[in-house]
Amino acid sequence: MNQSNANNGQKRWHGKLAVFFASLCMTVALSDSSAAEGPRLGKPASPEEIAAWNLTVFPDGRGLPLGHGTAAEGKLVYQSHCIGCHGANGSGGSGDELAAAKHGLTDANPDKTIGTYWPYATTLFDFVRRSMPPDAPGTLGNDQLYAVSAYLLHLNGIITETAEMNNISLPKVEMPNREGFLYVDAPK
Amino acid sequence: MPLPPNLFDSVDNPQPVAGGGLLDRRLFLRNSLTLGTMALVGQDVVASEFDRPAWMLKPGNPFSNYGQPSPHEKESIRWIAYNPATPGNGVSWTPLHTLAGTITPSGLHFERHHNGVPQIDPGQHRLLIHGLVKNPIFLGMDKLVRYPMVSRFCFIECGGNSNTGWHEEPTLATAGNLHGLVSCSEWTGVPLSIILEEAGIQPTARWLIAEGADAAAMNISIPLEKAMDDAFLAIYQNGEHIRPENGYPLRLLLPGWEGVTNVKWLRRLEVADQPAMSRNETAKYTELQPNGKARQFTFIMEAKSLITHPSPGHRLQSPGIYQISGLAWSGRGKVKKVEVSADGGKSWAEAELQEPVLSKSFTRFYIPWHWDGGKTVLKSRAWDETGAMQPEREKLILERGRNGYFHYNAQVAWLLDTEGRLSHVY
Repeated sequence: MNQSNANNGQKRWHGKLAVFFASLCMTVALSDSSAAEGPRLGKPASPEEIAAWNLTVFPDGRGLPLGHGTAAEGKLVYQSHCIGCHGANGSGGSGDELAAAKHGLTDANPDKTIGTYWPYATTLFDFVRRSMPPDAPGTLGNDQLYAVSAYLLHLNGIITETAEMNNISLPKVEMPNREGFLYVDAPK
Repeated sequence: MPLPPNLFDSVDNPQPVAGGGLLDRRLFLRNSLTLGTMALVGQDVVASEFDRPAWMLKPGNPFSNYGQPSPHEKESIRWIAYNPATPGNGVSWTPLHTLAGTITPSGLHFERHHNGVPQIDPGQHRLLIHGLVKNPIFLGMDKLVRYPMVSRFCFIECGGNSNTGWHEEPTLATAGNLHGLVSCSEWTGVPLSIILEEAGIQPTARWLIAEGADAAAMNISIPLEKAMDDAFLAIYQNGEHIRPENGYPLRLLLPGWEGVTNVKWLRRLEVADQPAMSRNETAKYTELQPNGKARQFTFIMEAKSLITHPSPGHRLQSPGIYQISGLAWSGRGKVKKVEVSADGGKSWAEAELQEPVLSKSFTRFYIPWHWDGGKTVLKSRAWDETGAMQPEREKLILERGRNGYFHYNAQVAWLLDTEGRLSHVY
């Protein structure tokens, strides 16, 4: 590189600096109302792709798939996939206590089971579908998921043995501790 | 492990500033020249060919592609606890009692996994942003690295850190095993606001539901306000790509907020009008109060501190001058002040804060101290820049009961016996 090229290079660099500082000022000016611009490289996601990825079930039932099951059917699912960690009748295993609470929430040693603590029945379906059983998550079918949800609700005395759980009935289940939570760092 | 015998015994015969032998926090700084000289004399090094240690008599080991800690530091490891029936569900603690400074080595960052560490191929990993947005999008890692990035020092603390503090009796363990579900790293990644701007948030949106690509598909709902404030999508930790156990290749970083909200292995962000009420924001990570109601969406990790040196597992070899050192942090901002007591809380002295003091990051504190060889109790307490103070244990339990499990940030006390041994006390 000869001297004049080097000078040109320096001028170009100065020019870039000027642009850089100009853009800095713009960023500052914009920062009150909008975030910094990104390169916008996102690839559009189709409704089919989103549906295939989306696992969220909301308390109002949005996100629940079609399917159905009762406690009687769910007992078989529970005995095949859950009893090893959660014990017979949802209690006494190495996993979380799911039912058979002996103490209430204001007792010295409260039992935080589905029946005493969980505020929404939809959470049960959502969690079992996304995370359970730990050795084979994502393998239970929708009917099995509704059935085992029904079984756990029935174990906690919340629904009858014959009540069918599906995408309409599950969100309507009234959980005993529905009003038991106070938002701390979030707007209600 | 023994602390080094102290070389500074005779320095000016310093006067205590509080009970138990606490000395002026600036003492070591003021006397640096004197101490330096004394330290040099104290080492008594005479260079002679005959005195060469073994490692100076032959060439050292070859170069390595990735450096490892000295084999003499085998105690500086994470301790692990998990349910044997589900080995992927458990924790490992950062050994706070073996570390100095404010940055946790990446390999010692605490872990909380709900179903193991997924082994993710970054070439196949994509982030989906959808829900109440104008443009639902996928972003692959090859695209994300082209976005503007920020770097920030942040602590991450598990909501369940220090939870044995709720027990009736103090658990006997090292500082790391009691309080080490907190770590601090320099995280680098893309501001989440840039990504959400690109997707175009709809006016009814209030929440963001984040989901990981682990076997638990762990999900958490986050108020959109935080997502648009200082949240970012971390790709790097302490300069290198995030370790698998810390979320490789992509983790959500919410400075100062409960660990579980910093979703690892991030694969999906759903913008929504309401929270999902997932299991980990209802059945877990909520704090049952004595009145039967539970605190929910308790995101901010409150002001906290503990003395890491000396602490249980260490042993003071003899009476004399030592440097008490510890860590303080707050999810609300900067640590403003730390006080230390060497007489069980009867009197307190202000500790020196190591600069730079950064918001929502670890702050190291120091105070020199003359131990007279007697039995005493060492404690620390922190304030943050909002004025929030780390509470006494009695006060915290009076307010919250003892069944909340999460968000224990009470003051920590170590009993020192006349043999120089330390143990956990209330």
